[in-house]
Amino acid sequence: MEICKPAVAGTLESSDLMVTVEPGTAGIELSLTSSVMNQYGRQIKKTVLETLDRLEVKDAKVTVVDKGALDCTIKARVECAVLRSCDKSDKNIDWGGVIR
Amino acid sequence: MKNAVGRDIPDYLLVNGKEVYQGKNYMDGKYIQKASPRTRRYEKPQESKIVATIADALRQCGCKDGCTFSFHHHLRNGDYVANMVVKAAVEELGVKDITVAATSLGSAHDVIADYIEQGIVVGVQTSGIRGRIGDVVSAGKLKTPAIIRSHGGRPRAIEAGEVHIDIAVVAAPTSDCMGNCRGIGGKHNCGSLGYAMTDAKYADHVIVVTDDLVDFPNYPASVEAIDVDAVVVVDCIGDPKKIASAAARISQNPRDLMMAENVAKVIAATPYFKEGFSFQTGVGGPSLAANLFLEKYMDERGIKMGWAIGGICGPMVELLKKGKVGKVIDVQDFDLESVNSINQTPNHFEMSASQYANPANKGAFVNKLDFVVLAALEIDTGFNVNVLTGSDGILRGAPGGHPDTAAGSKCCIIVTPLTRGRMATVCEHVVTVTTPGDCVDVLVTDYGVAVNPLRPDLIECLDKAGIPHVTIEELKEKAYSLVGRPDDLEWEDKVVAVLEARDGTILDVVRKIKPYTVDQE
Repeated sequence: MEICKPAVAGTLESSDLMVTVEPGTAGIELSLTSSVMNQYGRQIKKTVLETLDRLEVKDAKVTVVDKGALDCTIKARVECAVLRSCDKSDKNIDWGGVIR
Repeated sequence: MKNAVGRDIPDYLLVNGKEVYQGKNYMDGKYIQKASPRTRRYEKPQESKIVATIADALRQCGCKDGCTFSFHHHLRNGDYVANMVVKAAVEELGVKDITVAATSLGSAHDVIADYIEQGIVVGVQTSGIRGRIGDVVSAGKLKTPAIIRSHGGRPRAIEAGEVHIDIAVVAAPTSDCMGNCRGIGGKHNCGSLGYAMTDAKYADHVIVVTDDLVDFPNYPASVEAIDVDAVVVVDCIGDPKKIASAAARISQNPRDLMMAENVAKVIAATPYFKEGFSFQTGVGGPSLAANLFLEKYMDERGIKMGWAIGGICGPMVELLKKGKVGKVIDVQDFDLESVNSINQTPNHFEMSASQYANPANKGAFVNKLDFVVLAALEIDTGFNVNVLTGSDGILRGAPGGHPDTAAGSKCCIIVTPLTRGRMATVCEHVVTVTTPGDCVDVLVTDYGVAVNPLRPDLIECLDKAGIPHVTIEELKEKAYSLVGRPDDLEWEDKVVAVLEARDGTILDVVRKIKPYTVDQE
C-alpha cells in the first residue's frame, strides 16, 4: 500500500500507542519512543516493521509513541493508520487477508 | 563477588568490613559498638531556642563543607523543609560537598536534584528515591553511589556509626520554643514522627523547623528538647494536600478485590491466624483491601487481632475503634484518619524507626510479626522482590519497611497483579533485589497463588484449606505469554546506587543503564 497522506491511529493512554504515518521517499523511516523501550524496544520495532511489510508499505515516515501496548494492539494501530492514509479504512477491509 | 542472591558485587565496595549478603539472620548474635554523637552543652538557662532563620540555625550548628544532613519523610510529597534547609546551606552559607541522608526522598525534592547536577550535593543515603532525584542519580550525576537502606537498616547504620549525622532536621507540625516536637496539634499535621526519633538521638546537632509554635511544654513530645539545638519558625512546612490524603479509600477494582480476598484466605489457612495475631499491611490497592476480607474471617472465627504495626491508615484505625485490634503501633501515617488518631484513640501509639524494624536492636516489632502483606514492582522465580528500580532500570521506588517486615514475619505475602501494562511483574530475574527470596513466603496474583518451596509447611496449610496454588515458574510463563519475553537490560559498569540489606551487607547494586534506541542496530 502506498501512503498517500498523513494519518494517525491510536491514543497516548497507558497500554496503547499512537502511530502516525506520512508519505516518504526513502524507505521506512521509523521513529520510536516507548515507556518500555529498554525491555521491549526491539520487539516493538520488529512488530511495526513486520506489519508494514505485510501491508506492502515501502516508503513512509512512521512515528510510534508507545505506552506499553501489547503486540496485538501495535499491529492493529499500524494497520489502521496505514489504511486511513490511503482512505481504505471505511469499507472493504481485507479481514483475514492482509489484515490479521 | 557473588552474594547469596546471586548478585555480583564489585570488590572495590567490599572495604572497611563491608560484606556481601549471606542470607537472613547472618548477623544474629554479633556485637556492635554503638556510635555516639558529639553534642553541645546548653548549661546556662535559656528562655528560648528560637533563632530567626534557617541560615542562622545552620551557622549555630557549625554547618560546613562536607556536612551530612538528615531529613525524615513524614510530610511525604508535601515536604517543604528539606529543600528549605539545603537551599539555605548552599545559597546563604555557600556550603559544598553535602550529603543528604533522608529517610525517603521524592518528587518534593527536585531542588536537591538540581544540587546533585551542580555537584554540590555529593552523597545521598535514603530509603525512597523517586522523581527527578531518581533520574539524576540513575544518570550517574551523583559523585558517589547513592546508598539505599530499608527503614530498619537506616537506624542500624546510624547506631553503628556508618552514617554520622552532623545536623538532623526535624520538620515539626508543632514545637515549643525549646524544641519539644509533635506531629499533631498544628496547622499541617503528619501524626507519627517515628523516623525522626533515632536521627535526633544520634545527630551532633538538631534543628527543629515548625510553622506552629505552641506553648511550652509541647507534651508528650516525639522529639525532645534535650536533643534540640535550635528552633526555626517558618510560614509553612508543607503542602497539606500532599502530606496526608483525605482518606485511603479501599479499592473498588474487582481485580484488586479478588487478590485481596485470596490474601485473606491464605492468612486464614495458616496456624498463625489465631486470637491475638499480629499484622502489617501496605497501603497499595490490594494490600489495603485485604483488611476488609480479613475482618470477615476474624468475625467468622470469633478472633481479634492483637496488634498491628507500620505505616498506618484509616482502615486499620477503624478496626481499632471497633475493638477488633488490641493496639496499633505507628511509625508513619498516610491519611487524615490515622493522623487524627495517633496518641488520641486509646491504644494507638507512636514508635521510632528503630523500634519498628532495626535488625540490630534487641526487640524490633517486625520480629514478632505474624503476617505482612506487601506489594512488589517485580518478583522473580527465586521469590526475590524488587521495589526500587523500574523495569527500565531507573531508580523510582523505596525498600521502606519491605525487607524488614518480610524478614521478621512468620508469613510474608506478596500481592501483585501478574502484569502491569506490558510489564511482567512475575519474571525470571528482578532488576534489583530489594527483598531476598528467603524472606518471602507466598505470592498472590490475579492468575494464581504460589508458595515458596522453602515453606512446605505453608504448602500443606493451603492444600488442607483447598486453596489452589501453582509454581512461580508457571506464573512467570503465563506473564511472558501475555506480554512477550522482555530483553535483558544493558548496563554500564558504573555503579550509581548500592543497596544494603537490612543487616548492612550488600544485597545488590544498581548500575547506570544503557538506554536502547531504535537506531542502534
